[in-house]
Amino acid sequence: MSLHGRDLISIRDLSREEIEGILAAAKKMIPYAEGTKVLHTLADKLVAMAFFEPSTRTRLSFESAVHRLGGNCITIADASVTSMRKGESLYDTIRMLSSYADAIVIRHPNEGAARLAARASDRPVLNAGDGAGQHPTQTLLDLLTMQEAFDTLSGLRVVLLGDLKFGRTVHSLAHALALFGCEIVLTAPPSLALPDPARRRLEHMGAHIREEADLRRAIRDADVLYVTRIQKERFGDETEYREVAGSYHVDADLLRDAKPRLAVMHPLPRVGEISPEIDETPHAAYFRQAFLAVPVRMALLDAILAGGRKGG
Amino acid sequence: MPAKELKITPIKNGTVIDHISNGLALEVLRIIGAHTLDKDSTVSVALHVRSNKIGWKDIVKVENMELSPRKVNAIALIAPTATISIIRDYKVREKRSVDLPERIVGVLKCPNANCISNQPEPIESEFEVTNRHPVILTCAYCDRETSDFLHHLA
Ligand SMILES: Nc1ncnc2c1ncn2[C@@H]1O[C@H](COP(=O)(O)OP(=O)(O)OP(=O)(O)O)[C@@H](O)[C@H]1O
Ligand SMILES: [Mg+2]
Ligand SMILES: [Zn+2]
Repeated sequence: MSLHGRDLISIRDLSREEIEGILAAAKKMIPYAEGTKVLHTLADKLVAMAFFEPSTRTRLSFESAVHRLGGNCITIADASVTSMRKGESLYDTIRMLSSYADAIVIRHPNEGAARLAARASDRPVLNAGDGAGQHPTQTLLDLLTMQEAFDTLSGLRVVLLGDLKFGRTVHSLAHALALFGCEIVLTAPPSLALPDPARRRLEHMGAHIREEADLRRAIRDADVLYVTRIQKERFGDETEYREVAGSYHVDADLLRDAKPRLAVMHPLPRVGEISPEIDETPHAAYFRQAFLAVPVRMALLDAILAGGRKGG
Repeated sequence: MPAKELKITPIKNGTVIDHISNGLALEVLRIIGAHTLDKDSTVSVALHVRSNKIGWKDIVKVENMELSPRKVNAIALIAPTATISIIRDYKVREKRSVDLPERIVGVLKCPNANCISNQPEPIESEFEVTNRHPVILTCAYCDRETSDFLHHLA
């Protein structure tokens, strides 16, 4: 099914075939994202960036994607300057925005906000993160990073490390990995383990999923180590936090026994989870991952707003 | 009707909710909103009544009232074995079991405090019935699953 005119709220809105189509289109967008080739498929389009929560990276990569396709943006970068401050509902704000723009990209602190926005808007809505909920474009760029590194997704063994409870990216990612028949290894402290309903859903899909608390053991045969941020606020006391953060620190010593092609990924920004000594090794995939945000978002905007490139 | 069961005064017109799982009559009353009835109507509640079908049960009988579909849905969630009989002129005119539709709108609050449906937005809560035995509902907004309905009635 074509993405033209559709919302993208959750990765679950997409079939495996649709995800494959997006990844293929994103791959072709790379030279345009780098600026070595030029495209104007959104030349007559205006995209609203509705960011009700600070996010530099996601917003800039979306804006960059719009501009690289020759489109224009209007931006709410800080909710405190909008009339929502005066008590206007999100529903009304989105309703209004949808009469100004051809599509809306939304980031909001409440789970389900993007779904509500999609109902309020008669233009397509793209979810750029709602609370601890969904962040489908992040998942797509994570997949593209893995696919680029291994030429395939199916059968990869992926370790998900860190905060698997609140981390907004991991639930969507785990779903997609299950769709592609990857083996999922969960490495998290008990207090940040993947919640039961999320795990049940994955098992229901027939996912190969297991737990391995010992990080060194977990990465021994892994293809991908996906690191998430462990937030201090999630812990009762400082000591517990330090202990967990310390045992999940990724450095050269840890990677000594890893496969030579192990790809270390991180949604960034990192705050000490990955030692900078990894940066210049072939393991470091996180900067490439950050760049791939642009072609992925270009491919999506292009497919949703311009119906994809004909003959591309 | 079997006289031995009718320990309370018959009603002329109204609704009988029978076969309520033991102990949940007061929750059913809360859903009905008995305080909204007119002052001349009788509401009777029988607690812990022997039942051939479900062991022990509760019964609620309300005069001069028929339940809205929304209230029936709420009852279906907490007391799936309940039957609803419409009484007209002392006779049972209609009897049906409560059954869950595919979507439940406006009946429950999402248990996720951070869900947008718990914010002052011009929308109603909405759940999809994603499993029937046991009943699991999934919030149409935040995707949170819930099976504890008693504590989240709107
Ligand atoms: N006039 C009435 N006033 C109050 N309650 C009534 C009246 N008529 C019937 N009922 C009640 O309505 C319910 C349905 O009546 P019905 O005669 O079908 O009972 P039943 O044969 O016990 O059926 P069931 O299989 O549902 O238990 C019963 O709980 C009965 O006690
Ligand atoms: Mg009976
Ligand atoms: Zn919800």
